[in-house]
Amino acid sequence: MAKKIKIGCVLDEKALHTVTLDPEKCKGCVTCMKRCPTEAIRVRNGKASVAYERCIGCGECVRLCRHHAKLPSHDPWDTINDFKYKIALPPPSLYGQFNNLEDINVVLNGLLQIGFDEVFEVGEAAEYITDATREIMKEGLIKRPIISTACPAVVELIMMKYHDLAEQLLFTLAPVDAAAKLARERAVAKGIPEKDIGVYFISPCPAKVFALKMGLGVNKPYVDRVLSVSDVYMRLVPAMDKLTEIKPLAKMSSTGLNWGISRGEANSTEELKTIAADGIEQCVKILEALEDGGLQDIRFIELNACISGCVGGVMNVENAFVARSRLHYLTSKLRGEPNTMADIGKDKEYFLWEQNPTKKDVFKLDSNRLLAMNKLIEIENIMGTLPLADCGLCGAPSCRAFAEDVVNGVLPKGTKCPRLGEYENGGAK
Amino acid sequence: MSADCLRQEYVVSGNNFASAGSASEEVKSTLKKLGVSSADIRRVAIAMYEGEINMVIHAGGGVATVDIYLDRIEIVLADKGKGIENVELAMTPGWSTAPEDIRALGFGAGMGLPNMKKYTDKFEIESEVGVGTTVKMTIYFH
Repeated sequence: MAKKIKIGCVLDEKALHTVTLDPEKCKGCVTCMKRCPTEAIRVRNGKASVAYERCIGCGECVRLCRHHAKLPSHDPWDTINDFKYKIALPPPSLYGQFNNLEDINVVLNGLLQIGFDEVFEVGEAAEYITDATREIMKEGLIKRPIISTACPAVVELIMMKYHDLAEQLLFTLAPVDAAAKLARERAVAKGIPEKDIGVYFISPCPAKVFALKMGLGVNKPYVDRVLSVSDVYMRLVPAMDKLTEIKPLAKMSSTGLNWGISRGEANSTEELKTIAADGIEQCVKILEALEDGGLQDIRFIELNACISGCVGGVMNVENAFVARSRLHYLTSKLRGEPNTMADIGKDKEYFLWEQNPTKKDVFKLDSNRLLAMNKLIEIENIMGTLPLADCGLCGAPSCRAFAEDVVNGVLPKGTKCPRLGEYENGGAK
Repeated sequence: MSADCLRQEYVVSGNNFASAGSASEEVKSTLKKLGVSSADIRRVAIAMYEGEINMVIHAGGGVATVDIYLDRIEIVLADKGKGIENVELAMTPGWSTAPEDIRALGFGAGMGLPNMKKYTDKFEIESEVGVGTTVKMTIYFH
């Protein structure tokens, strides 16, 4: 278990643990702490700890840790036995994990072999979201540019830090939620008792685990269990090798498969002025520019926290660029015409958010502005005594974060910068 | 600077588009910590960003001094650039002296000063040809 720490003053006790720590492996280096986009990590007593109320689940810390001490949270494979009727939801990124794959049906049939009773491609559901998005774009009711909500880490970040951009969010279900909703409905229609149905998503990243467990934009989670791609991969590969018959299960077109890589969703809108940014640092740059009133000529913005899109998720087994290349190849095997909502007799409303995600005030220093102001001034005063080297030796990601921790009482008052002695007159300024 | 005010100073370097917006980014971060409403933060962001870009394009850089109070923010953008010949004309939406190469980059649409005025509660501009320009803006928090 990772140690839970508190920073800042607005806390959410119910915050789920997106990543955990293997304390045996953690060396207390500052790599994850320095690169966390929301400064949610501190090194305490020589180990990295996470302030979960600030974690967006992007997985950067998992990706960066050279000691493999950071573990993304997900349900273990054993939970496969929790339900009688098991439905697998494979995401588009999954098909990029297999070498020499010529037919996505091999993966889908393999899933049936390892214990699932049914499969529902998330890529198929993505095409209904594409259809709904095109309608929403035509209606022109939301402020442009419209921001994609497919990456839950980005949505979390906006809810924490870019409140004014929340009104620009595309209010459609995530493809995985749409897939779960449809799959569950179909199983019930087949006469399977509701309590026996278990919907399992095979997740490429901890952000999706978190979003599905908490329910992002939905009244209650549609997915029952969230497995990791790597856990499923171990079982799937041998099963795929042993297949004797390959049933045509795939319904997805190349449009849905392309959602697994950056630009797939943006291109599917058929808008000409779109942006697709990938990698959390680049996403932040686009969000900052939007906040400054820029990019007003753009109609749609797709943001993926992972480089290359979902194929870059930290719970995948394959390198993002290799997986991307495989998806690109596999699109050539699929038809171009996407599934439409009309094909399944649904309208746009079926695919919309049931509730808006909640904005979070995790960066506010105090709910009383006067006290917050006093804290800000105190932080500046402390900053004046610090070397501003941002070395991380104190266990905070920057000198400013250290000053904030002291003012917030996270560190005892009067805590000294461990490198102060190296600088003359108490500071290098 | 009085005890109830937080002053931050940013040097905006000239002809460096990549760095424009970094002062705005820091100010936004501070206002979020203070708990200022997102609508007000956006007004500050637009006014500051336009001001920064102006100093980059027209003045070879300058200094942004930002005073944050409980109820307002005061931004002073001072440069030692070539100055503005006709301030009234410069305030006209769409009027621009930005050269073609700058326009090609997507800047210089002539909306900088009008936007700064539009999104702020108080807006003052003083300019002298050959000496420089000073813009003072105040935004009250709701």
